Amino acid sequence: MAEATVKEVVQEKEPLFGKKEKKLLTDPLNDNNPITVQVLGICSALAVTSLVYPSIVMAIAVTLVVAFSNLFTSLLRTYIPKQVRMIVQLVIIATLVTVVELILKAFNYAIWKQLSVFIGLIITNCIVMGRLEAFAMANKPWRSFLDGIGNGLGYGGILVIISIIRELFGKGTLFAGSPAALNIIGPSNEINKYWINTASSSGFGHWVGSWYFNNNLMVLSTASLFIIGGIIWIHRTYNKKLVDIS
Amino acid sequence: MDFINVFIKSAFIENLVLAYFLGMCSYLAVSKSIKTAFGLGLAVIFVLGITMPINWVINEKILGENGIFHTDLTFLRFILFIAVIASMVQLVELVIEKFSPALYTSLGIFLPLITVNCAILGGSLFMVSREYNFTQSVAFGLGGGFGWFLAIVAIAAIREKMRYSNVPAPLRGLGMAFILTGLMGIAFMSLMGIDPAALAGK
Repeated sequence: MAEATVKEVVQEKEPLFGKKEKKLLTDPLNDNNPITVQVLGICSALAVTSLVYPSIVMAIAVTLVVAFSNLFTSLLRTYIPKQVRMIVQLVIIATLVTVVELILKAFNYAIWKQLSVFIGLIITNCIVMGRLEAFAMANKPWRSFLDGIGNGLGYGGILVIISIIRELFGKGTLFAGSPAALNIIGPSNEINKYWINTASSSGFGHWVGSWYFNNNLMVLSTASLFIIGGIIWIHRTYNKKLVDIS
Repeated sequence: MDFINVFIKSAFIENLVLAYFLGMCSYLAVSKSIKTAFGLGLAVIFVLGITMPINWVINEKILGENGIFHTDLTFLRFILFIAVIASMVQLVELVIEKFSPALYTSLGIFLPLITVNCAILGGSLFMVSREYNFTQSVAFGLGGGFGWFLAIVAIAAIREKMRYSNVPAPLRGLGMAFILTGLMGIAFMSLMGIDPAALAGK
């Protein structure tokens, strides 16, 4: 009996940002990554990653939606009946996605136009629903919020890695469409258009043309499947406990 | 004839998983064994086959300008479609929990996640954008579901065989599944552009 009271006192004095909270933020970046370990949110990782800039915007939007839907679901978790929980969760998610979409439309119209379909598809992004079912329905609001932020960042990190590879090899540019657009590699006769100009007007290159050709496979969504496969391979080489034993 | 054309087209030529990459999450996560893949595939056929006609009726008779309200309410499309899908999935979940608890536990979190399976909502949106009529939308629902079922059973079978191969340890399981799906996607790209209606005409 005495033990139980001591435990309760300790629980009340739990710090606002202790070890457990920190773990919630860092776990999804490595040990419990939403894409490479939990296998959630693959569809959008395949669809939006052909350019870097839209994927960064997408990552921020998803992080906000996951964090706040986790928070609200966790606040409401004791009032939601089990039989209709999905509909309640979807209403929360759909509302938040609409808010994010309107904010984006108001402040950055160009990128909204580019992403419009995919922003709507955050509703059906399994990361959001997956975290609500797996975490927010059983945990306190503050922790659920942190879990949402962590998972959003873990998802965004992978998205950015994939999109950098795809844009660099598929189009020869980085951050195209953003104010910080970079032209890395490509054939061009204009001086300084690309960092690495692959067209040469004299010598051997005169007959061959450009020695570098954009890899068209990288533009297709199929490429991101291979890239994610490669990321998983590298990730699990360094993180042995994730290796599939069965 | 129309029914068969749309069915074959949606199942093989424009396969939701391997041509449009919709519904990947559950496809990759539940394909470890043929048995669970089979169960989830059947659930997806059922949900797609039922939601597609219902969403067609909602879209035409309630939201459209010729519907009962005589106003353009298409901005409500997302919310109504997702509500229909969510209630159908909840129904399937209750039925499976009642009749097959073993399948229920093995599907785990991926059963409620059928709701957010992009293939289901994506299918309904494709149906709207391609302007299918009622018969075609039934065919598209069943055909799309069958194509999804076929793809997940195929990859589950390959993954079961893969267990006896000498795959590098970090690539075992999930990593290999991604690469296999990529290869299957490339293979299915060769089917794109075949027009069954034109073939039947000849």
